[in-house]
Amino acid sequence: MLFGITLLVFLLNAVALGDPARAAMGQRADPAALERLRRDYALDRPLAVQYATWIGRLARGDLGTSFREQRPVTEVIAERLPATVRLALAATLVAVVLGVAAGTLAAVRPGSVLDHALMGAAVLGISTPVFWLGMMLALVFAVTLGWLPVSGYGGGSLAHLVLPALTLGALHTGTVARMTRSSLLEVVRQDYVQTARAKGLPERVVLGKHALRNALIPVVTVIGIGLADLLVGAPLTETVFAWPGLGRLLVAAVGQRDLPVVMGAVLVFALVYVVGNLLVDLAYLLIDPRTRRAAA
Amino acid sequence: MPRPDALGHRGLLAGAALFVVFAAASLGAPWLAPHDPLGLAAGAGATLERPSAAHPFGTDALGRDLLSRVLWGGRVSLAVGIGVEALTALFGCAVGLVAGWYGGAVDAVLMRVTDVVMAFPSLVLAIGLIAVFERPGLDKVVLVLVALGWTTIARVVRGAVLALRTRDHVQAARALGASNLAIMTRHLLPNALGPLLVAATLGVGGNMVAEAGLSFLGLGAQSPTISWGALLADGQSFLASAPWVAVFPGAALLLAVLAVNLLGDGLRDVLDPRFRA
Repeated sequence: MLFGITLLVFLLNAVALGDPARAAMGQRADPAALERLRRDYALDRPLAVQYATWIGRLARGDLGTSFREQRPVTEVIAERLPATVRLALAATLVAVVLGVAAGTLAAVRPGSVLDHALMGAAVLGISTPVFWLGMMLALVFAVTLGWLPVSGYGGGSLAHLVLPALTLGALHTGTVARMTRSSLLEVVRQDYVQTARAKGLPERVVLGKHALRNALIPVVTVIGIGLADLLVGAPLTETVFAWPGLGRLLVAAVGQRDLPVVMGAVLVFALVYVVGNLLVDLAYLLIDPRTRRAAA
Repeated sequence: MPRPDALGHRGLLAGAALFVVFAAASLGAPWLAPHDPLGLAAGAGATLERPSAAHPFGTDALGRDLLSRVLWGGRVSLAVGIGVEALTALFGCAVGLVAGWYGGAVDAVLMRVTDVVMAFPSLVLAIGLIAVFERPGLDKVVLVLVALGWTTIARVVRGAVLALRTRDHVQAARALGASNLAIMTRHLLPNALGPLLVAATLGVGGNMVAEAGLSFLGLGAQSPTISWGALLADGQSFLASAPWVAVFPGAALLLAVLAVNLLGDGLRDVLDPRFRA
């Protein structure tokens, strides 16, 4: 999988640049320097050799040099990554807390007004384009009410994080809420929940302790899938809120045709995605003992 | 088992009705739009005007009538959404049919490629691909979205073909000496149309959001081409002083996507009883 991803990104670059060395050094580059660069990156050799050289550098953590900033791409990306990670974690937190709460509330009385209202909101959350939602939230809570800052990183202040996290988490919140609801409704029908009720346990304990814990297993899968949504939403959300993260770096780099940065950012996004899915699989082993036995 | 009636499905009907409204508004934009969407001569001092009787959606920073611009923008959004999906379906069908029917090594290679393309968060890769081109534009958006979008359809069609390939009528056609191409197009494809239609309808909504997103980032439609995403980019700049510039194109986009999604979900309920809740 990772091989395929790197190959795709490499080909993208190979197609984009007529002469990568000239693109890197500009039209009036010194011929000797051009020659040296071509030799260093094996640009005078067949594509397969170029790919091998590039992978070799990649393995050593060398993503090349930014055309625009004339510094290592890894350095540029490392500066921006923490902001995106912070945003993504906050958005996941929003989605899990709000989504599970809304899904549970809706499942307590299926078919009630509250159920319909919450699930309607969930569908709306899934259909709303991320960036428009962000603008509308900023309009209401920042421009009109003045409770929160309109945009910016604010040196990492919590107030600046609220709106971007809500925006990025919204899509995901809807999915988690729908999954929690249907999973909980499924679990409630099972025998052991009936037993717990028959023992005379209060409904709060039955739902919270017996039902919800088991209902959350499929929800973890949805959270893993939702990671993709977070990555897709990051460039848009970061642009709306002037958030200094990897997504905005990618957009800016595309605008400036700074290809080493584009490649680096796309690779990091793909890597986060693959690693994230791996972590979800591992989380399964932790929360669901049945998979552990099956794996052993 | 009673098959749910298409006319009795509320979501499907609402989605279809809303979609017809948007389609009609887009097709009729040249006649419906009260002003020239590009016309700068709406009168001096009419820039960023509040919504009023003369300009129901207000005007933008250059004094252009926003209602007219939203109507014209809908043409681009719907055309890209549907056009991309048509190309996507064509390519996806070809891959899915070949992979499902021939199986073996052909299937393995095609599905590996599909996996790799699917492994990327799509919009991130779309943004990266736009960088390949000298300058961004709507035609590049179409190209990129087709290049990344065919995987879902390919999977759906392949799945349907795998389920169909051992059926009697397919075996009979084969025994009668029908060519591979004839079996794929005459016996397999028509029976896979249901799931294909559902996937394609839902895909239209995804394409519209993706186009709007790319145009919003300045990597899609370039002025003077109007698209909802590009209008929203304008809206972003005047959020504090003239919020209507952002509100109306976004609401249009949301409703149009909602219509397509309701339509897709409804079609799935009607065409595929297994998915019914």
